Amino acid sequence: MSVFSVPRLRAFVLAVLPVLAFLIVWEAYVRIAGTDPTVLPSPSRILLTTFDSLGVLLVNTRQTLIEAGVGMGIALVAGCALGALIAASPMLRRMLYPPLVVSQTIPMIALAPLLVIWFGFGILPKLLVVALVTFFPIVVSVADGLASTEPEMIRLLQSMGASRWQIFWKVRAPGSLPYLFSGVKISITYAVIGAIFAEYVGAFQGLGILMQNAKNSYRADLMFSAILVTAVLSVGMFLAVVGLEKLLIPWHARSTQREEG
Amino acid sequence: MARVALANQRVSAHATVTAAGVYKSYRLDGEPLPVLEDVSFEIGSGEFVSFVGPSGSGKSTLLNLLAGLEEPDRGRITISGSTDRLGHAAYMPQKDLLLPWRSALDNAVLGMEVHGVPREDARHRAREMFEIAGLAGFERSLPAALSGGMRQRVAFLRTVLTPGSVMLLDEPFGALDSLTRSELQEWLMRMWERLSTTVVLVTHDVEEALLLSDRVYVMTRRPGRIKLVHEVGLPRPRSLEVLDSEEFVRSKSALLRAVRGEV
Ligand SMILES: Nc1ncnc2c1ncn2[C@@H]1O[C@H](COP(=O)(O)OP(=O)(O)OP(=O)(O)O)[C@@H](O)[C@H]1O
Ligand SMILES: [Mg+2]
Repeated sequence: MSVFSVPRLRAFVLAVLPVLAFLIVWEAYVRIAGTDPTVLPSPSRILLTTFDSLGVLLVNTRQTLIEAGVGMGIALVAGCALGALIAASPMLRRMLYPPLVVSQTIPMIALAPLLVIWFGFGILPKLLVVALVTFFPIVVSVADGLASTEPEMIRLLQSMGASRWQIFWKVRAPGSLPYLFSGVKISITYAVIGAIFAEYVGAFQGLGILMQNAKNSYRADLMFSAILVTAVLSVGMFLAVVGLEKLLIPWHARSTQREEG
Repeated sequence: MARVALANQRVSAHATVTAAGVYKSYRLDGEPLPVLEDVSFEIGSGEFVSFVGPSGSGKSTLLNLLAGLEEPDRGRITISGSTDRLGHAAYMPQKDLLLPWRSALDNAVLGMEVHGVPREDARHRAREMFEIAGLAGFERSLPAALSGGMRQRVAFLRTVLTPGSVMLLDEPFGALDSLTRSELQEWLMRMWERLSTTVVLVTHDVEEALLLSDRVYVMTRRPGRIKLVHEVGLPRPRSLEVLDSEEFVRSKSALLRAVRGEV
């Protein structure tokens, strides 16, 4: 299907329409009521501010993007390893699963300041916060994905004389990739928010710090610009994952399309 | 009889399959569930035999045992004289079990890959087979893009190409329409004539068993025992025309009577 096909265009218009309507109402309200721009700036003013502050926005976005990306990377490696361990044996599963679930109940609002106290204002506590908020869906999806292999498939490989190692790499690991991507798609939406939250607790640079500064100097317009950039960043990363999924596991897209008819 | 072994196929003179006094039971809600009782047979190298019997008579269990995926409670099973069976037979389960991320060609080489056949070598061999199987042009297709009959053929190629001189086929054509089915039966017959491997076929279909086999074993209802051994006297090489021969019709009604007595 081409990018500019009619159904796609239609879907795009349908998705944009309500947002556009909302922005028009917002703009009209601010102009007619004449609200104080430090309380509620108009969309047009936010857009102007975004262009005016492009430099400072980009510098801080770059920092946040690095934290979110590297943090996700750590979560991916740790999540796959833990997921594989959990899927490897029922004993490991019973040992690892409960503490993992409990770890997810620790409020980040309590943990993040502690991490700053322990590791300072550098990048490390941000990476840890991002990794901690993103790795759980990855662990669960990898463990489920590896366990989802058809038993008959494993027996077929065994009948060929395959080793556990061969069965893992030829059947279980590739079969778990669609699950992994589902996990990553959930995780990636937490990554940017996690990074911003960690910055907010204490940092030198990043969108979180920019937001804090904007708040402290009553720059509601700049705050909205930062929100806008955050949204673009998150959606961008999500779309990157979707693109990667289509690239790496085209067979999955294909089989789901077929099921949908 | 033209039974010429392909030079590239590993053919062993000792591709025998034996079972002696085999018992197997499972547990169902704590109660023992006997599935096979005192099953014994000897299959010579290069023979084609079939097992027919009612559902639940333990035919798939028997193939799992022959493949080495399970061990009997009592008795002894050997392939080429050895009880060490995993990796020595090419097993085709009833489901095609193709890996969805592998192309048809890469699925067909799976068995060779597991056995450590070099990749290019394996692909080269598989490509030749694709021609014979009428799958030329579909080497790079994913399983999702193939029809049921084509997938079955790829699974069959995978089995044929898997190193080992014994083939274990569990209702390989069970899920197919009758036209594709007879096409594949004939194809299997030609393939076997060329490869001279030992074949153990499990089927519900008495006609299929008679058409393809040197010998047919009829199993009883669970617990499965061998009820009848029928030597098929039809001359080789056979074609679908033997279906109308007098000998075939007579054998068929005898076998059907034996099987029906059990259903
Ligand atoms: N792993 C298992 N655990 C418990 N019971 C089993 C197991 N495998 C098979 N059985 C039981 O053994 C009996 C024989 O099963 P089997 O699959 O061998 O029959 P079959 O002859 O292949 O039947 P069909 O023709 O329907 O395929 C059945 O009653 C089944 O419930
Ligand atoms: Mg069966």
